[in-house]
Amino acid sequence: MKRFQLVVGLVLVGLVVASAIVSLFWTPFDPIQVDGANRLRPPGWPHLLGTDGFGIDIVSQLLVGARATLLVGIVSVGVSAVVGVPLGMVAGQLGGWLDEVVMRAADIVYAFPALILAMLFASVWGASTVTAMAAIGISTIPAFARVSRAGALQVVASDFVLAARVSGTSRLGIAVRHVGPNIAPVVGVQASVVFALAILAEAALSYLGLGTPRSVPTWGNMLRQAQDQLFTAPLQSVWPGLAIALAVLGFNLLGDGLRDYLDPRLREVQ
Amino acid sequence: MSTPPTSLLEVTDLGVRFGHRRIEAVRAVSFSLEPGQRLGVIGESGSGKTVTALAVMGLLPENATASGSIRVAGTEILGLAEPELARLRGNVLSMVFQEPMTALDPTMRVGRQVAEVLRLHQGAEPGRARERVVDMLTRVGLDDAERVADAYPHQLSGGQRQRVILAMAVINSPRLVICDEPTTALDVTVQAKVLRLLDEVLTESGAACLFISHDLAVVSQVCDQVVVMLDGRIVEAGTVAELFTAPRHPYTRGLVATARLDLVEPGQRLPVVEDFYEADEVRS
Repeated sequence: MKRFQLVVGLVLVGLVVASAIVSLFWTPFDPIQVDGANRLRPPGWPHLLGTDGFGIDIVSQLLVGARATLLVGIVSVGVSAVVGVPLGMVAGQLGGWLDEVVMRAADIVYAFPALILAMLFASVWGASTVTAMAAIGISTIPAFARVSRAGALQVVASDFVLAARVSGTSRLGIAVRHVGPNIAPVVGVQASVVFALAILAEAALSYLGLGTPRSVPTWGNMLRQAQDQLFTAPLQSVWPGLAIALAVLGFNLLGDGLRDYLDPRLREVQ
Repeated sequence: MSTPPTSLLEVTDLGVRFGHRRIEAVRAVSFSLEPGQRLGVIGESGSGKTVTALAVMGLLPENATASGSIRVAGTEILGLAEPELARLRGNVLSMVFQEPMTALDPTMRVGRQVAEVLRLHQGAEPGRARERVVDMLTRVGLDDAERVADAYPHQLSGGQRQRVILAMAVINSPRLVICDEPTTALDVTVQAKVLRLLDEVLTESGAACLFISHDLAVVSQVCDQVVVMLDGRIVEAGTVAELFTAPRHPYTRGLVATARLDLVEPGQRLPVVEDFYEADEVRS
């Protein structure tokens, strides 16, 4: 069952990654060029999933859209984890006032949803992929900080950390050799969850016009585009919606599967 | 009490209290340990024996305040800065823990964990370290040391883990090994083997040992000198033989009676410590 989850997650995530890579070299049709003669084609040949209101091939747009999805996901999760995990580890390991300051700051950031931050950034610097990534990245820092802190607290209280201290390991050594590896599975799961959230947030932001500009095909932009034809061509909104849903599902399953796979205790049990 | 400067461990008038509580977890505890000597510390849960051990290692939690003096090979431990303590630990001092299930990092191969102790204090290069680790694991009675070194803790049995922990504790040839109930979590047959092994390893390396236990029978297998702790104080001290033959304190008499269950007539009720000693109301 667990293996099944991991495989399905890998396949779905693999599909998204493959789409993004393939789209760099080849798409069935031009993903940007407006073609008035081919507006709103139903699924068939040669447009497998049909065309949108501008006559642009849907498959091509979905492939190119995977790029934005991955880019935003990777960068925002990367930023968030790189800032959040060390903060959480330091807070959990050292405790005291530092812990208090870091975690209260995290609470404050936590109070701002990605959407509000994105609107703020968009109004200051203009909506772009970068502002969307920054907004998603910053708003998910607390999630990483909390998970790492909770993990660090648990690890630091364990006998093997006491044993490491007994043999003279420094605090940094304990963080790198014991706390890090022990919280890696939870951080990994958190990363996959945040990745899935980032995909959703990116879609929502471009749908609202607060993210990637309209001219670039993203799944969120496609949704907004499809909204205009919701009654004449309802399938239009299904395709990007399905892509988003499957990508989110894929990352969640991958995270769950990885957690079980990475944990040496659980690995033996199978 | 004047002791020659050769004393390895010299605890004088040690007191430890936690937070703002009035009652001290450890009160006026004094004892000393010569190089190579083994001292058993006996007492029930909460009698302060583990706190004493942690104080000697300089590992008291932050909310604890200690008074008195603990000198290890002439160095005062109380108030010593963390980096200095780190140098002492593992090199001069080391410790064997009670719970073999949790004293090893589940994410690290056992061999690496043992090698880590070597690396910290001797800066051994990786290939050489491996050799010494396997050698050490063999010496603590693990037959397939190569395989054990490559195993994760969950792949080993409790007895195997406790041997690994013992290997970690003695690989740097420390001068004092503190054993905090090292066999309590093991079943009786494994316990006997590990105790014999501990005895061998200590004899071989000439290390002194502070052996903490609630079980007089276990202590008598390893140590020659014993102190009995009760409610944070030392109530009796002497050799194992003295304690067994002529226990002075009623609590010790109870301990001796419970350790010699073989003397009880069949059909008789087994003795408990409370038969000999009424716990006073100090602890609440």
